[in-house]
Amino acid sequence: MKRALPIVLVALALLAHAPLEAQTPNVVFIQNATILTVTHGTIEHGSILIRDGKIAAVGTDSKPPDGATVIDAAGQFVIPGIIDCHSHIAVDGSVNEGGPAVSSMVNIADVLNPADVNIYRDLAGGVTTANILHGSANPIGGQTVVIKLRWGKQADQLPFEGALPGIKFALGENPKRSNFGPPAGTPARYPATRLGVEEVIRKAFIEAREYKKQGDDYNQRKSAGDHNLIPPRRDLRLEPLVEVLEGKRYVHSHCYRADEILMLLRVAREFGFKVRTFQHVLEGYKVADEIAVSGAGGSTFSDWWAYKIEAYDAIPYNAALMQERGVVVSINSDSAEEARHLNQEAAKTMKYGELSANEALKMITLNPAIQLGIDNRVGSIDVGKDADLVIYNHDPLSVYAVAQKTLIDGQVYFDRERELASRPALEKEKQALLDKEKKAAEEEKKHDEKPEKKPDKKPDQKKPPKPGESGRMVRGGGR
Amino acid sequence: MTWRMPRAIFPGPQRTKRLPGRLAPLLLVLANFLSVSAFAQSVPGVYAIQGARIYTLAGPPMEDGTLIVRDGKISSLGVHLEIPAGAQVIDAKGLEVYPGLFDPVTQLGLYEVGAVSATLDSTELGDFNPDLVAATAVNPASAHIAVTRASGITHVVAAPGAPGFEQSSGGIISGQATAYHLAGWTMEQMQIERSVALVINWPSIQLRSFDFASFSFKEKSYADAKKQYDKSVNDLSDLLDRTRHYAQAKEKGSPALYERDLKLESLVPVLEGKLPVLVIASEARDIRNAVEFCTKQNLKMILADASEAWKVKDLLKDKKIPVILGPTERLPDQEDTPYDKPMTQPAELFAAGIPIAFSSFDTAFSRRLSQYAGTAVAYGLPHDEALKAVTVNAAQMLGLGDRLGTLEPGKIANLIVTTGDPLEIRTQVRYLFINGQLTSTANRHRELYEQYRKRPQPGR
Repeated sequence: MKRALPIVLVALALLAHAPLEAQTPNVVFIQNATILTVTHGTIEHGSILIRDGKIAAVGTDSKPPDGATVIDAAGQFVIPGIIDCHSHIAVDGSVNEGGPAVSSMVNIADVLNPADVNIYRDLAGGVTTANILHGSANPIGGQTVVIKLRWGKQADQLPFEGALPGIKFALGENPKRSNFGPPAGTPARYPATRLGVEEVIRKAFIEAREYKKQGDDYNQRKSAGDHNLIPPRRDLRLEPLVEVLEGKRYVHSHCYRADEILMLLRVAREFGFKVRTFQHVLEGYKVADEIAVSGAGGSTFSDWWAYKIEAYDAIPYNAALMQERGVVVSINSDSAEEARHLNQEAAKTMKYGELSANEALKMITLNPAIQLGIDNRVGSIDVGKDADLVIYNHDPLSVYAVAQKTLIDGQVYFDRERELASRPALEKEKQALLDKEKKAAEEEKKHDEKPEKKPDKKPDQKKPPKPGESGRMVRGGGR
Repeated sequence: MTWRMPRAIFPGPQRTKRLPGRLAPLLLVLANFLSVSAFAQSVPGVYAIQGARIYTLAGPPMEDGTLIVRDGKISSLGVHLEIPAGAQVIDAKGLEVYPGLFDPVTQLGLYEVGAVSATLDSTELGDFNPDLVAATAVNPASAHIAVTRASGITHVVAAPGAPGFEQSSGGIISGQATAYHLAGWTMEQMQIERSVALVINWPSIQLRSFDFASFSFKEKSYADAKKQYDKSVNDLSDLLDRTRHYAQAKEKGSPALYERDLKLESLVPVLEGKLPVLVIASEARDIRNAVEFCTKQNLKMILADASEAWKVKDLLKDKKIPVILGPTERLPDQEDTPYDKPMTQPAELFAAGIPIAFSSFDTAFSRRLSQYAGTAVAYGLPHDEALKAVTVNAAQMLGLGDRLGTLEPGKIANLIVTTGDPLEIRTQVRYLFINGQLTSTANRHRELYEQYRKRPQPGR
């Protein structure tokens, strides 16, 4: 019976972090909705049946099964959960290991922070899945991970089960450090040109190819019965690159200019690997045919430009033009804020390039799912897929749409109505804490004013904080 | 081919009437050549926009209305108006007409490429530069100008200050802001008002700042931050006192009795209440301090950015201080601030009776102005108020309300003809009138799009 206590404690801890639903309801029924399926048109007055976190039926059935939790979405719109193909939320500390030019040994998955409030903020903007990338400080950066925005769950429950891991590459101004120097007290780092960026990548893959050969030879001889073998020494830097060569890890490459895009495609051909996505790819429209032929996807911004010289030829027609030439294109955020309105950003492809509403919607749902190799699981409202859904009060491609509910695996992780209802109580609690601190500060002051308590203190050393100053919370964002 | 003549205007009889046949192609070629960023028709014309739904913002929308533009101004508007002889007629059936959008805090013309300091003229050295005026360095050929106007923004204010208007740099008084039309060959043609406000970056008590050298946040004690703040405010106060003395000396004495001082001279209109101060402040504490200071100094204050204005509504209402809001699409300032506060704040301020306007506080993102307003509507701001907050409200705050902001006879003809609601993302701007001129929507982005759309497939 001694065992029971730890179990109870663990259960309590879990409850304390519990998201809106303490348990996944087995059966959920969304009814009376306008359903934008992405793959098979729009269903008016439609319903979605969710069973054990998966979409079990989509149609116009108006009757919920017995025992189902019913969500009435009359007058509302349902779309697949938004997938952000370029995000840095949920990361504890810096996203850049900028010391070496090749930092493939580090992994963003090791530093996931499930308590980052930006997870919740993005969830409230309809994002259900995000590609969490290392920064762009090096030609070959760290390993990356796809997560679901399961707010309230522990770090190990965030990763998207079965999604192939990735690695960040970066070309152009950032890895050559054009716009900011090395951290104070550290020397300049090679490379400083696009020429050097290519060389760093090629050199790393020459090493990786050799390392792979050592491993392959070892395995071959071992399986041939040779027992007197010393295995090759493990190299954590080269292992992820071998996985790239074997097609077990996706390359997500930060890039801007057309020339550097073609450079990486040449290097990829030389070593026999694939670039899974070009990220930012703001000049992708200039070499869209080459990108399309390579099979790489393009994940871009809606309308960012002119923040640096390699973004001066960026155009808001980029997404539409790449798509027109056969590239699978997504619109991403690269920002916890931008992720809150990716639906609006996708809608810009209707203005710039005149894509259809469904094509625009694909830019933040099915297309990024394809790019991340998870389109068998998410990205559209189809039977068998994960019940990752967003319910909006208006046409989701309208500026007037506000996400009302966001579901992941059939579970409501964001509910605007409940969020609004919870605010007075939270405000009260916050005020109580502030008052308590203020009172404590006053007590301390009174205490200090007794002469015997401060014989060797200067009188101005112990100013009590003004109300509102001491109780300040740590600022969010700004990474 | 980049310059695309609006189809409704140039084909047909009007074209031959207004442009002699042989001259027309030449003009088109010339227009194409010069259209990159600063092209506006140079012959002032008479235009009749016909059959549109007209949102004057000075009354209810007008169905099937006609609007006549003459000599740069709106000469008349109404239903079934007679078309003046020689007018270029724009058939706007099914389209909508609105006042041109106004972005009241930008660095348009002072900023080209963010990371290339040689292309920036927004941030001067020194803490106090009241005599610097944005108009001096606005580059009429900036690619940003044509890109921005294509989204329906017909006029802006360029304000000196740090790019992105971060409070930590750009000095305390960064200069005077200029209102100008987003079309024209020179600043002389584009200028609406050389100086509409003095920009003050309110010294914030910052305990935490981002350090680019170490790429991390640096903390500072409250005492240190307060000391720095007090010094800044004292310096500012001192400068205004010296201005008062200077004004007295100038009024009473002969020029021999005082040495001319450009900085003090430029501040005299501010103390006379003729020039408002645009005070950039975000946190509630900073806003309170700024209001207290401006009240004491008797300055005409416009609050700008103001992400925590919601915390000091009563004060702003009481002191009748209008607010130019920074982007509604930003993260909450604090971790425990409601996730939607930046979006709901405009509705909250409006309900409290505080005049508001939207602004991009940016250059490359100036074209997101209408998106910021639309988002505020999604979170509760009435639609017609949001329209006013991107047109007439800021014009009134900056003393331009008699010339711009609504569609009324006598006002400058800055207007847009759109496919629908200008706050909606997918809406297209079909025609653009700036300073009474039909102005091209061609721009660098459209040109690159057309150019690369025609790229032959490689190997074919």
